[in-house]
Amino acid sequence: MIRFVYAEDLRAFPVLAESMFRDRAEQFGARLGWDVDINEYGWERDEYDALNPLYIIWQDARGRHGGSMRVMPTLGRTMINEHFTHLTGGVAIQSPLIWECTRFCLAPGAPGRVAAGLLMAGLEMGLRFGLDQALGVFDARMPRIYGRLGHSPDVIGSEGAGRDAVSVGLWRITEEALAEIGRRSGIRPDEVAAWFDASFSAPALPEARVA
Amino acid sequence: MAREQAKVHREKLELTLERLGTTTSIDDLQVWAHELRDQLAVSHVIYHTANLRGEQVGAFTYGIDWVRHYIAKNYRAIDPVVLGALKRFHPMDWKSLDWSGAQARAMMREATAAGLGNQGWSVPIWGPSGEFAMFSVNHHATDAEWEAYTRDHAKDILLIAHLVHQRARRIISGEGEPPSAELSPREREVLARLSFGESRARVADGLHISENTLRAYIDSARHKLGAMNVTHAVALATARGIIVPNGALPKY
Repeated sequence: MIRFVYAEDLRAFPVLAESMFRDRAEQFGARLGWDVDINEYGWERDEYDALNPLYIIWQDARGRHGGSMRVMPTLGRTMINEHFTHLTGGVAIQSPLIWECTRFCLAPGAPGRVAAGLLMAGLEMGLRFGLDQALGVFDARMPRIYGRLGHSPDVIGSEGAGRDAVSVGLWRITEEALAEIGRRSGIRPDEVAAWFDASFSAPALPEARVA
Repeated sequence: MAREQAKVHREKLELTLERLGTTTSIDDLQVWAHELRDQLAVSHVIYHTANLRGEQVGAFTYGIDWVRHYIAKNYRAIDPVVLGALKRFHPMDWKSLDWSGAQARAMMREATAAGLGNQGWSVPIWGPSGEFAMFSVNHHATDAEWEAYTRDHAKDILLIAHLVHQRARRIISGEGEPPSAELSPREREVLARLSFGESRARVADGLHISENTLRAYIDSARHKLGAMNVTHAVALATARGIIVPNGALPKY
């Protein structure tokens, strides 16, 4: 299943959080060789993890991390606006309708439906909240994966060549994209909606709710 | 027919948003809130700041008695909507919040008696100088009706929330307009091309960028200028000398 968890609520999911930050170290540090900080516990964390971002996390049957991404509004501090504007045409992209998605990570050996589930969860969230596009930074192997899943980003800019390339891109948030990824992956949209509701809805009270 | 109605509705909302640009005082904003409420066809709309210049500023359609009661009881300290928004950045359905506390339930009963609806949707707003504000829509509706409403209106409400906040900031600070230096050369070029009538497709083509990238640049420029829509963004950029009417970029 997929959970949407704010950073400050991660303490309620210690196994999930620990396996996520360790898998990030494995992917971004060991596999991709990015210049990332890995702490004494083997966790990959950066300054944006300290700003209470929202994580979208696939939790496997053992309660561990299967894949994840990190979400932040572009009206606040973001990684792309602070470190990657040379790949956005020099534009600090700031809009209430655009949120940033970074640190897209898959656990070693994660099944194919994890990546599809994460993309669908991101789209479901965007549709519910009224977002228009997601802005992301990703490595060279990702465009092919996203394409196979049925939702390729528009690349704004890239640097580096071959396996070392890093790109910034945009995904439109549409019902059609959600349906297409669902069709290819076999994950039902109502399943994704249920994940969203489980994270964002407290049990309703019988009385009127007013503030 | 439905499409025609949607178009008329859209145009009316645009006019309401244009009138937001003419408000010059919090009292104006208060009057405007009533127009917005009617336009959105809901029971109430509420905007309030938490820490702009230390004092609370608001524009709302709630009855003044309820607002006085809310302040007198210091409900801000226990209101699940405020407490939820302070720790979050996503738009929140009031149903998703924690109403289990005795004080929260008491507030809820009193609010209902004061004429507030049973449903709500709140957008937390974190401003550039760290200030916090909220824009909320309140309505009388069943859960199913409310879900359909928020799905249809989430994007409009998100945009409106930030436009109202930008307007309120300017009113409170007494600043005329925000500095134009924030716009990058790319954003200025996009607005300049749109200003002399190029279609979006043509602008994207001319700049060798995708239409989605163009869309992000336009959204970004629109937000930075505090503009209601693209036409307004072009007009503001021209008026402030950020772009010049013949399409050339100013030399700075």
